[in-house]
Amino acid sequence: MDLLQKHNHAISDDHFRQVDESLRHAGGDGEVVLEVRDVEKVYEISDDVEVHALRGVSLQIRRGEMMAIIGQSGSGKSTLMHTIGLLDNPTSGEVYVGDIDVTDMTQNELARIRNREIGFVFQSFNLLARTTALDNVALPLVYAGVSGGERAERSQIALERVGLGERLDHAPNQLSGGQQQRVAIARALVTEPAIVLGDEPTGNLDKRSGYEIMTFFQELNEQGITVVLVTHDLRVAQHAQRIVEISDGLIVDDRIVPEAERIDAHAELAAYLESIGEAPEQQADHTEGSDA
Amino acid sequence: MNFAESFRISLKALSANKGRAILTMLGVIIGVMSVILLVSIGTGVSDDITGQLEGLGTNVIYVMPGAEEDIMSGMFLPARQFTADDVDAVADRVSRLASVTPMVETMMRFSVGNNEMMGGVSGMSAAAIDVFDVNLDRGRMYSASEVNAGARVAIIGTEVDRQLFANHDSIGQEILVDGQRFTVIGVTEEQGGGAMGGGLDTSVMMPFTSAQRLTGSQDIGMIAVKTHDVEDIDQVQALIRQALLPRMGNDFAAFTQDEVMDMMGAMIAVLTFMLGGIASISLLVGGIGIMNIMLVSVSERTREIGIRKAIGAKTYDIMSQFVIESVLLSVLGGLIGIALGALGSWGIAATGALPSVVSIWSVALAFFFSISVGVFFGVYPAWRASKLDPIDALRYE
Repeated sequence: MDLLQKHNHAISDDHFRQVDESLRHAGGDGEVVLEVRDVEKVYEISDDVEVHALRGVSLQIRRGEMMAIIGQSGSGKSTLMHTIGLLDNPTSGEVYVGDIDVTDMTQNELARIRNREIGFVFQSFNLLARTTALDNVALPLVYAGVSGGERAERSQIALERVGLGERLDHAPNQLSGGQQQRVAIARALVTEPAIVLGDEPTGNLDKRSGYEIMTFFQELNEQGITVVLVTHDLRVAQHAQRIVEISDGLIVDDRIVPEAERIDAHAELAAYLESIGEAPEQQADHTEGSDA
Repeated sequence: MNFAESFRISLKALSANKGRAILTMLGVIIGVMSVILLVSIGTGVSDDITGQLEGLGTNVIYVMPGAEEDIMSGMFLPARQFTADDVDAVADRVSRLASVTPMVETMMRFSVGNNEMMGGVSGMSAAAIDVFDVNLDRGRMYSASEVNAGARVAIIGTEVDRQLFANHDSIGQEILVDGQRFTVIGVTEEQGGGAMGGGLDTSVMMPFTSAQRLTGSQDIGMIAVKTHDVEDIDQVQALIRQALLPRMGNDFAAFTQDEVMDMMGAMIAVLTFMLGGIASISLLVGGIGIMNIMLVSVSERTREIGIRKAIGAKTYDIMSQFVIESVLLSVLGGLIGIALGALGSWGIAATGALPSVVSIWSVALAFFFSISVGVFFGVYPAWRASKLDPIDALRYE
């Protein structure tokens, strides 16, 4: 048992180092950070009913890009997101992180890669209840084996980055939806992942908080972080530089958004605030705090 | 993630749900408490009886009716009891080496005026004073002729003296034993000891012939033989056998004090284990309670588990978090149970109702058992938690 465990760790360490190195020390912008090749996913609902959620999808995600995967519900976009997020193994095809094949890695090895290389932002925030913003953000670092002191320091920096430096000790139920989603973004950022994955990140938010969240994603991308948004909403997708459209388990379109069509989240927020009669200078934190 | 982190997470989860944690622990608390309490009483009684038997001296042989194998296995089914003739036969054979007394033992009500109490009646011959080293505080022992005549004379214990005669001089006074009038001729010295100890303190000693008259039977339950010299014990044991074999066949047994002690010890140990075993069942039920709550807790926290797994928790991390949680519950419950059990045992001993001694091994056993309960009943829910698919868990509402 002990021997087996050590053995597993050895494999895991080795794989992990390869993945990590391939992501961090090779190339610059434009390098492929994650790739799926000819991925199929079949769910067996019962003995004779199968659902083909993905039917041969190939996609490359490049370092520094902001990409949106768009599709109707049932199109297979959630399955694709789970595959990209290494939460699920494909039925066939391969998944590469950097140039390492992770298709056949064990759940524990994938957990480790998710921990370091992928930051998740979910539609329903998925923060731990009764747990402060700081502890929520620190959670991935706990599983990364970072010491307590360093965890607090890095989590605080991440929270300051999303404008919540004053709310470290607030539990999720003391924060507005927009603030909770910002905590989730801070949690996604804290391990300095290669990719931040947003699954309908504005889906549970009011208009204004949604626009604010999009400004954070665009800012993060400008700072060099690779962002992948999964959405059914074309307007959200248009904040990205590239839109991949999926329908019926296949990629049907993969296009670069022309600069003229791309939505600038800051301008969008400012216009919205003006339309409801608020000066754009009045920043989010102030007003959101009062209605929290 | 290391153990300390898992521990911290588990502790936090428990403190978030204190009421439930305490109720869950209650099962283990009650289980451990009953184990400690019952084993303590068993140990206390055992110590007490051993102490009494040791006080009798190593050169006493007890002769009982009933086949030896039967007695050893706890069955007392003799074909017949001893009679006075059997006692005489034994006494004749060993007279040079030992003193012999028949023993007619029963429980009866003693009363003097309005005062009354229950106590033991020991009907013995005049030689009893040698066999059991009885010392009289005052008064005198009955004589052989009083035994032959079945005289209504009694030697009372200090406790009988105290309760029935209230500091009056009892010598020469009358005492009613089961309604029959007896004259007090002596008071034994205080033996002390607990409720089970000091057997003589609460009894009345009398000629066995008088005791036979009280019981309405010629039966003699036991014969006690004391060798004058410890060295002779084997020889005397053999002589007793020679005396009784032609009269009783194999339907009797002669045990030395060591043998009796071993027998009693074995019987009490069996009893103690039985009591402890019954109490352990409640500990088992407590464990199932923990498992139940842990399963509820896992399904309640499905989403939390999904979040943890999505952001990097490994199977082992989730597993250890939940196992530690259940072990914390059971160990905490175990410690509280040990404390309450020890307190209860001390309380029982203090009231004097029963002797009770908290033994280290019962504490160690209960503690070890409660850890095992936590691990055993925690592993399955923890395994269920660790096997959850992060995607399903995140979707869970």
